Amino acid sequence: MYGWTGTILRVDLTHGTVRRERTDRELAHDYIGARGMGGRIIADEVDPQADPLGPENKMVFAPGPFTGTFAPSGGRYNVITKSPLNNTIAASNSGGTFGPELKYAGYDAVIVEGRSRTPVYLWIRDDEVVIRDASAFWGMNVHDAVDAMRAETDEDAKVACIGPAGENLSLIASVMNEMHRAAGRTGVGAVMGSKKLKAIVVVGTGPVTVADPDRFKSAVLSCTGKIKANPVGGAGLKAYGTNVLVNILNEVGALPTRNFQDGHFPNADKTGGESLAANQLVRPKGCYACVISCGRVTKTDNPLYPGMGEGPEYETAWGFGADSGVDNLDAIVKANYLCNEYGLDTISMSATIACAMELYERGYLTKEDTDGLDLVFGNAQAMVEAVRKTGTGEGFGKRLAEGSYRLAESVGHPELSMTTKKQEMPAYDPRGVQGIGLNYATGNRGGCHVRGYTISYEVLGQGPPMDPHATEGKAALDIAFQNLTAALDATGSCLFATFGIGGPELAEMLSALTGEEYSLEEFLRAGERIWNNERLWNLKVGYSAADDTLPKRLLEEPIKTGASRGEVNRLDEMLPEYYSLRGWDADGVPTQAKLEELAL
Amino acid sequence: MGKMLMIYPDKCTGCRICELACSFQQEGSFRPGASRIKTLTWEREGFSVPLLCQQCDDAGCVSVCPTGAMHYGPPGSDLVELNQDACIGCKLCVIACPFGSVNYDSATRLIAKCDTCAGAPQCVAMCPNGALEWVDDAEQTRARKRVVGEKLKAVFEEVK
Repeated sequence: MYGWTGTILRVDLTHGTVRRERTDRELAHDYIGARGMGGRIIADEVDPQADPLGPENKMVFAPGPFTGTFAPSGGRYNVITKSPLNNTIAASNSGGTFGPELKYAGYDAVIVEGRSRTPVYLWIRDDEVVIRDASAFWGMNVHDAVDAMRAETDEDAKVACIGPAGENLSLIASVMNEMHRAAGRTGVGAVMGSKKLKAIVVVGTGPVTVADPDRFKSAVLSCTGKIKANPVGGAGLKAYGTNVLVNILNEVGALPTRNFQDGHFPNADKTGGESLAANQLVRPKGCYACVISCGRVTKTDNPLYPGMGEGPEYETAWGFGADSGVDNLDAIVKANYLCNEYGLDTISMSATIACAMELYERGYLTKEDTDGLDLVFGNAQAMVEAVRKTGTGEGFGKRLAEGSYRLAESVGHPELSMTTKKQEMPAYDPRGVQGIGLNYATGNRGGCHVRGYTISYEVLGQGPPMDPHATEGKAALDIAFQNLTAALDATGSCLFATFGIGGPELAEMLSALTGEEYSLEEFLRAGERIWNNERLWNLKVGYSAADDTLPKRLLEEPIKTGASRGEVNRLDEMLPEYYSLRGWDADGVPTQAKLEELAL
Repeated sequence: MGKMLMIYPDKCTGCRICELACSFQQEGSFRPGASRIKTLTWEREGFSVPLLCQQCDDAGCVSVCPTGAMHYGPPGSDLVELNQDACIGCKLCVIACPFGSVNYDSATRLIAKCDTCAGAPQCVAMCPNGALEWVDDAEQTRARKRVVGEKLKAVFEEVK
């Protein structure tokens, strides 16, 4: 096989065994890799009713065919498992260099099954695979654990690991790699913690081969040129990072503020990418094979929030910024560092704190509950301390570690959790941008912007002009983005490559690399297949059309200030059309005809 | 006039496309172990720098080579060249190189060093950040001088 390595590694932690399997050619063709192939494996091998934190759940660490090649910004991998946060097929996506190293070691995927009784880590050097004792590293934060495991294995080893949050089974724990990159969402870190698997440490020395080298290179050069020529993919993201969006979304009136009580934050500018570039930025950083370099190496000398590391992304700067009413960028950066060290999802962490702030201000949580923290909106020090408590799992941190839905429900006010399917929605207010609301409502892993980033057209002008406040055409837009993104994720590409290239370019690179001809139609059908596979899983775990919704606040309480003042999300104008265009019935169930068309 | 490969660590983002371009040029596949250029990264500080053969005028690898496989290129080329046919794989050149930029590739069992892709280095062509430049050696430091010069210019204009 070309592009794919042809081998899958299966590790059983209960019995301490390791075996190699051939990558199924048809599976690879139909589901491409990463999120697609991993999602199919989970759907086939895990009982939908399985306890996500029990030994019967499995984890798949999977790069895509692009991973390890010079396809522009194509070096990613996914962590796929049954989510302990919301039971969906979690597919969390990360860059860095871990994914390519797995490919060089020879694997299209590593499947982890069962549960170890004592802490272990998996040490992979090409064909040599060993389950090793990790007792000495259990309890260590991410940075220290990476250093320590490299000292025990190889100083150039690539490490995907959990921090204390994953060990403590926090439902918002991430899997971190190369210290600063995160497979952040849907609580994948807790699954690793439940298996007592501290890390996968890998060194790979083999090749990723190419079916048609000349055709692949020429496709890559053309794609790279298009991304570099795009104002966002070229200069914009490198200069200001994704955090350039703070001011843009604030101007549109769609920057959720104080737990979505408003859509405009007067002090937003202090927290944006321009401010970061002027104050904390050391240099831009790229993931493997990245031509964009949106990563931020940053530093803060503020004595209250000292540190050096990477971040924040836009969604992080929003969550610890506008959504928490905080305008101190040093504090936001520090909160990001702590999340990386403890292994926490910055989006769910920050949005959970924002929810706790509203619960506290409304009197549903008291100072006694918060261990004395005065958790009012805008209290930066309390916010940073709340992250630390969550990371270590002490006191009130234990409750924050379960995410905002369970926290708000425990005090009788689940309606104040800004989640869909129990996962926190990120930094785009569905009242100010209608299409992203539909995407949040229908998102297969709950509230998530990167499943169908309609913002690209609705706000950033990457397509034909579109009114963010209109609902017309948004169902079709959303479906197009969701299908394309599913296929793109499966290749190992970064979503930001779409600031320059789209389906035709991705399909051409994939065909040249693998030697399997993907027409544009076939490529997008793979995306649709991946989406429907995830949907079928959700129906099996008990979700229904009733869950394809948004918090009541976004449907009923208008935005108070800014450019979207007076707006609510009009989901009911979009959802029926969405079901119909998807080929699903009125209850959101894929029709037999659709399933046959997709060979599901 | 000769050419040299300039490295600008301040522009490097650690993406390692240079390694991929090199390996692809050599083998038509992607195997960083085959790459003649290597990017080092310090993750805690977020700092990266690419390293490769400096094509020394007085090269240790040439001096120690017992068979003449490692040799200076023809006059005017400025390159240190390797004749694989004459190489016996003794690895003395690996030991002698002070930059660690002559490698023994254990997969191919061959010595590997930068040959500048015959004067069209692919690492330079594909670096998305301008961190590598293939320049006339007479003008090698012009870009860097200009950066410093522009800073001085700004200061002097401010004073004026």
